[in-house]
Amino acid sequence: MAKDKSDAILSVRNIETFYGPIMAIRGVSLDVKKGSMVTVLGANGAGKSTILKTISGIMDTQKGTVTFEGKNITNMDPARVVKRGISQVPEGREVFPLLTVAENLKMGAYLRHDRAGIHQDLEMCYDYFPVLRERAGQIAGQLSGGQQQMLAISRALMSRPKLLALDEPSLGLSPLLVREIFAIIRRINKEQGVTVLLVEQNANIALHTADYGYVLEVGRIVLEGACADLLENDDVKEFYLGLKDHGVRGKRRWKKRKVWR
Amino acid sequence: MDKAFEVLWRIIAGASLVAFVSPPFLFLFGVIDSSALMLYLQQVVSGVANGCVYALVALGIVLIYKATETINFAQGEILMIGAFLAFTFINILGMNFWLGALLAAGGTALVGMGVDRIIIRPMVGQPAFAIVMVTIGFGFVARSAVSMVPGWGTDSYAIERPFAADVFTWGEIAISYDHAMIVATTVVLCAALFLFFRYTKLGIAMQASSQNQLAAYYMGIPVRQIFTLIWGLSAGVAGLAGLMLAPFTFVHTNMGMVVFRAFPAAVLGGFGSIPGAIVGGIIIGIVESLSGFYLDEGIKNVAAYVVLLLVLVLKPEGIFGVVHRKKV
Ligand SMILES: Nc1ncnc2c1ncn2[C@@H]1O[C@H](COP(=O)(O)OP(=O)(O)O)[C@@H](O)[C@H]1O
Ligand SMILES: [Mg+2]
Repeated sequence: MAKDKSDAILSVRNIETFYGPIMAIRGVSLDVKKGSMVTVLGANGAGKSTILKTISGIMDTQKGTVTFEGKNITNMDPARVVKRGISQVPEGREVFPLLTVAENLKMGAYLRHDRAGIHQDLEMCYDYFPVLRERAGQIAGQLSGGQQQMLAISRALMSRPKLLALDEPSLGLSPLLVREIFAIIRRINKEQGVTVLLVEQNANIALHTADYGYVLEVGRIVLEGACADLLENDDVKEFYLGLKDHGVRGKRRWKKRKVWR
Repeated sequence: MDKAFEVLWRIIAGASLVAFVSPPFLFLFGVIDSSALMLYLQQVVSGVANGCVYALVALGIVLIYKATETINFAQGEILMIGAFLAFTFINILGMNFWLGALLAAGGTALVGMGVDRIIIRPMVGQPAFAIVMVTIGFGFVARSAVSMVPGWGTDSYAIERPFAADVFTWGEIAISYDHAMIVATTVVLCAALFLFFRYTKLGIAMQASSQNQLAAYYMGIPVRQIFTLIWGLSAGVAGLAGLMLAPFTFVHTNMGMVVFRAFPAAVLGGFGSIPGAIVGGIIIGIVESLSGFYLDEGIKNVAAYVVLLLVLVLKPEGIFGVVHRKKV
């Protein structure tokens, strides 16, 4: 699939983000086409979360730009980024543990004032995740991990985002639950027309759900392509899907890694 | 051996605490007569009233702590500023008592917001210890600044009240109007705060920002401004507490010493729990009043800490405290 940069809703260009002296993101560029679902794959510590934090303005980049709907949003205040239409489901879910499910969702709509629209979106979330309707009055901290993930996704949807950014929604969930949640994310993407940027370690489910993918290693993009193509790529198969036999693995990995850096 | 010592400690602590609540039972079993019981209840009533003031100060400390993890050692000085503002509006400017009280609470809230905005916010990211030191420093500065204000100074003042410094009787118990006002105000204030936190968007956003700051940022909640409002709320409550404390300690630069009752109250309730702060304050008020009456007057000054020690022996996390276990 050839990438047409002109219809990208989000464009990241050469960002470099630091934790003190540690350079976590080393010049990353990526594009997210409007209405599509794009995934960024990477092992633990590759810098996936840092990219999302930079996009939402939680962290500042030293260099490069983030453009959303043609407007420069580099290092913008997090609240203004939400207002522009980027909403995040943070890693580890981060629900408000002592608020009820309904109150958590209400906080997702904090910047909105259209009561009718908020109510409509609340119903939409309850339709996608019926268990949340059942648990509406329950304290979020008492939900199971999967239910908390559903709540975190719904809470992010409550701001009626144009772009939904998800940070490892599969983390700590059973394979069955992961499949269920990813199917719903895909449905939300198709049915609501919400563009999705998905950051994942679980390459298998991510590549089978998304349209386009980037592979991130130690703060750099080393590979990109349509998910269908990435699924056929030998390196992806070997290092992210674990499909090659183990005999040559150690050696090859070392060699390839060097090349990628 | 350690185990035996611990059990002994617990028995002593439990027995001492039981002693404070024993008179009604002693009366039921005919050990003491009704006049002795009335004397006891009289002390309990005035203890509850004093305890309400401690509770309000502790509540303010806990609100700030829960939100920002800062322990505000200047809460007493903020209360003192509130009392001076009330004194100014009511005595000096001759305003109606209730209007003056409202303006004083509002003025103190502004002072609290100013403290957060000007002093605390630039410190964000610094070690917690440094921020605590800054609040202590602010307390000292506030005391000397107040003493230099013309018309305030280092004298003691009484705030004029619309009701007599008198008592009414309830059964055989005499209750002063001052005490009744403190209890009534505290009840109304706690109810209002409960409704605010439970049902308003701003109140829920305050809870959300306290529970998970990062997630609050992700929702677009202006966390820093919310924290400033929490400082304002907490200071406003302290201002009202200062007004209510005035009939007993007078308005004076050192009236902020009441925090030395409020801190144990907050810890007693399980530092971080709002109902805990209120219950803790009232317990300390009652114990203080009872021990001042039945034991040596000097005991009164340390009663708060003795009861704190006794309760923590039995329940180290405080009355309403939860043991935090970090999930994997
Ligand atoms: N708070 C932090 N302080 C210092 N280094 C950090 C911090 N958070 C992340 N890092 C480093 O930045 C790199 C990228 O982290 P992160 O974006 O969290 O990775 P991922 O989400 O892909 O697991 C890692 O090497 C990590 O060690
Ligand atoms: Mg991460």
